Amino acid sequence: MSNGNTAISIDSIRLNSLEDLNTLRQNIIDKHDPNKPEVLICHGTGCIANGSVEVIDAFKKICADADIDAKIMPGIKATGCQGLCSKGPLVLIKPQGLFYQKVKASDVEDIIQKTIIKNEPVERLLYKDPKTGKPIKTEEEIPYYSLQKRVILKNIGKIDPTSIHDKIAVGGYQALAKALKTMTPEEVVTEVANSGLRGRGGAGFPTGRKWQGALKAVEKKGGPVYVVVNGDEGDPGAFMDCAIMEGDPHAVLEGLILGAYALGANKGYLYIRAEYPLAVKHLEMAMEQARAHGLLGDNILNSGFSFDAQINRGAGAFVCGESTALFTSIEGKAGTPRPKYVRSVEEGLWGNPTVLNNVETWANIPLIIKKGADWYSSIGTPKSTGTKVFCLVGKVNNVGLVEVPMGTPITKIVDEIGGGIPSGKPFKAVQTGGPSGGCIPNKLKDTPMDFDSLTDAGAMMGSGAMIVMDEHDCVVDIGRYFLRFLEEESCGKCIPCRLGLTKMREILDNFSAGKGKIEDIETLQSLAKAIQDGALCALGTSAPNPCLTTIKFFKDEYLAHINDQKCPAGVCKELITYSIDPDACTGCRSCARLCPENCITGKKKEPHVINADKCIRCGICLETCKFDAVQVN
Amino acid sequence: MDHQVEAIDEILEHYPEEPEFLIFLLQDIQSAYGFISKESMQMVSDYTGVPITQAYSVATFYQSFRLEPIGEHELRVCLGTACHLKGGQRIVEELERKLNIKAGETTEDMMYTLDTVNCVGACALAPVLLADEKYETNITASKIKKILKKIESK
Repeated sequence: MSNGNTAISIDSIRLNSLEDLNTLRQNIIDKHDPNKPEVLICHGTGCIANGSVEVIDAFKKICADADIDAKIMPGIKATGCQGLCSKGPLVLIKPQGLFYQKVKASDVEDIIQKTIIKNEPVERLLYKDPKTGKPIKTEEEIPYYSLQKRVILKNIGKIDPTSIHDKIAVGGYQALAKALKTMTPEEVVTEVANSGLRGRGGAGFPTGRKWQGALKAVEKKGGPVYVVVNGDEGDPGAFMDCAIMEGDPHAVLEGLILGAYALGANKGYLYIRAEYPLAVKHLEMAMEQARAHGLLGDNILNSGFSFDAQINRGAGAFVCGESTALFTSIEGKAGTPRPKYVRSVEEGLWGNPTVLNNVETWANIPLIIKKGADWYSSIGTPKSTGTKVFCLVGKVNNVGLVEVPMGTPITKIVDEIGGGIPSGKPFKAVQTGGPSGGCIPNKLKDTPMDFDSLTDAGAMMGSGAMIVMDEHDCVVDIGRYFLRFLEEESCGKCIPCRLGLTKMREILDNFSAGKGKIEDIETLQSLAKAIQDGALCALGTSAPNPCLTTIKFFKDEYLAHINDQKCPAGVCKELITYSIDPDACTGCRSCARLCPENCITGKKKEPHVINADKCIRCGICLETCKFDAVQVN
Repeated sequence: MDHQVEAIDEILEHYPEEPEFLIFLLQDIQSAYGFISKESMQMVSDYTGVPITQAYSVATFYQSFRLEPIGEHELRVCLGTACHLKGGQRIVEELERKLNIKAGETTEDMMYTLDTVNCVGACALAPVLLADEKYETNITASKIKKILKKIESK
């Protein structure tokens, strides 16, 4: 049986020129019948967690067993993240472009019978417009997708990430072949510099300038020079780099090879977070295939340029996302940062000039080389060019990957693309930039998402997590959450970070226990200043941001904790009590059965009561009650 | 003798005898055995030329390394931001009560190890629990009971 995935086997067909690449591409395209059905099943982490592997197996099995005419036997592809994670598992049917959501293995038979054989949509699996309830057939018509500008994500979810031929068919390695044939390394650097691309890892340093800095260092002290991919995406709530590595690994690899050519590097490293085994696997496969095709390794495309790379798996340390800590980790040591009086482009890996860029930054490079700096800088704002991929998560209707031009206002991303928050009310705040970023309140919802506007608001672009909060989320609690996170992840090398963060967290612990004093706010701010000024690396200097922005924008909520011993959002355990509304309680006993302290009493079918003295405020009753009878006071 | 030591040569010979491969070796040993024993740490140290004190420092610096055997089933609760907002901490506490251990510990009968993780990238389905390699999504307290039952009935 052919499942379409392996229609063209990957023999070691070494390519020796741009012409060879074009011939192969044409062969792949010619062999592919665009009218033949194709089933693309999302195999991103979110959909896998939702059961997409079972869906893929069901398609394979049912197609093999069913009596389907060879002409319409569908190709079955497991793709990277298709984006709308909250509606997964997602399935895309070509050639019609039908978009099916929340597909279960038990739906597959229907899809085969109706859509593949009879060319009719399965109505119940179509996306419904939340306002009108009308079904929408294709991805392009769904506002979540139509309002985005998907450049980096363009092929993710459309190609099989384990097939280099799928990638070559959509133009993969064209930029590399073009650069090797028609551009000098200097021209590649200039093109990247002119594009205005800024690093997607957090701080937004201009990529071209970083590369030029490395070249100057090489001139001064000689090589070798290394190129490194930072795939240690540690921000909780961020998974865009994961999705890029899993869904389009060749884009990252092509970018890295281009960077190596531009900088004269012969060795590169991909440092990938321990929790992303699928990303490691797909990149390993991509590298193997690229080597077999003469796109990686000795004498790439017969150009005389040689470059190879290796993958280093992270071992679970957030601080290793910091450049010097990452280099130390690649060297096989405990990943602690060093002071950066000398920048890492001059003294990086093993003391040599090193260019470290984030996954998304590298994935932008082939686009810039292929389409030109002018095209690239026409997207976004003058100072933040191009697009940015965000992870829209938290209390928002459409959770998933969103790519928009830099400078898109927060409200467009959260309220239009994200479809607002589940309760229908305005969102309370959006946390951007993870543990280094800040909370932006609803009143600043028109803030454009670009590097400088976010820094002006006291937040940070970070790697691109956008966590939407509603009125049930407490800002003191979120401040504590990030401080505790960073306290645990602090490497302990410098005192401001090691002790300062603990002290800040202890003050917030007191606030959430109703033991805060008004002067503590000033202490927090002065501690924050000391950490910002004195910490060794960006983990420390940016660590106070979440706490400081919440004080700046939500001071009333802090004061409620301090002065009134109240948590307005109903989150801080020591400031709340639970009770049961006797009018709403049906006496179903669900909560009483699950209460770990056995402190809910009452007769069946009669209103129940919580014994406040014994209650540990675990929240299980609140979560269990189907009648909204449990109240937080 | 430690059972890890017997097959460790096979892991060692995958890599050159260089200090930079220390982390690779520790990762491979851990994925084969679930933890790194004292004896295998000594062998890695001898092989790579990294002093044992430094190897120990590396193994304790990174969160993913374990120096003690883990339980038969590993429960990892995601505490990424989205999971935190949707009650991930409540899930940890409920599991701590049910298993009578703290996060980071293993039950006495070596059945369960309970841990937390900083984000598994499945934020749309928060809160998430990784029970061995299986994702359990939109977790609630009542689901925990069922999940433990399911694991135990296997």
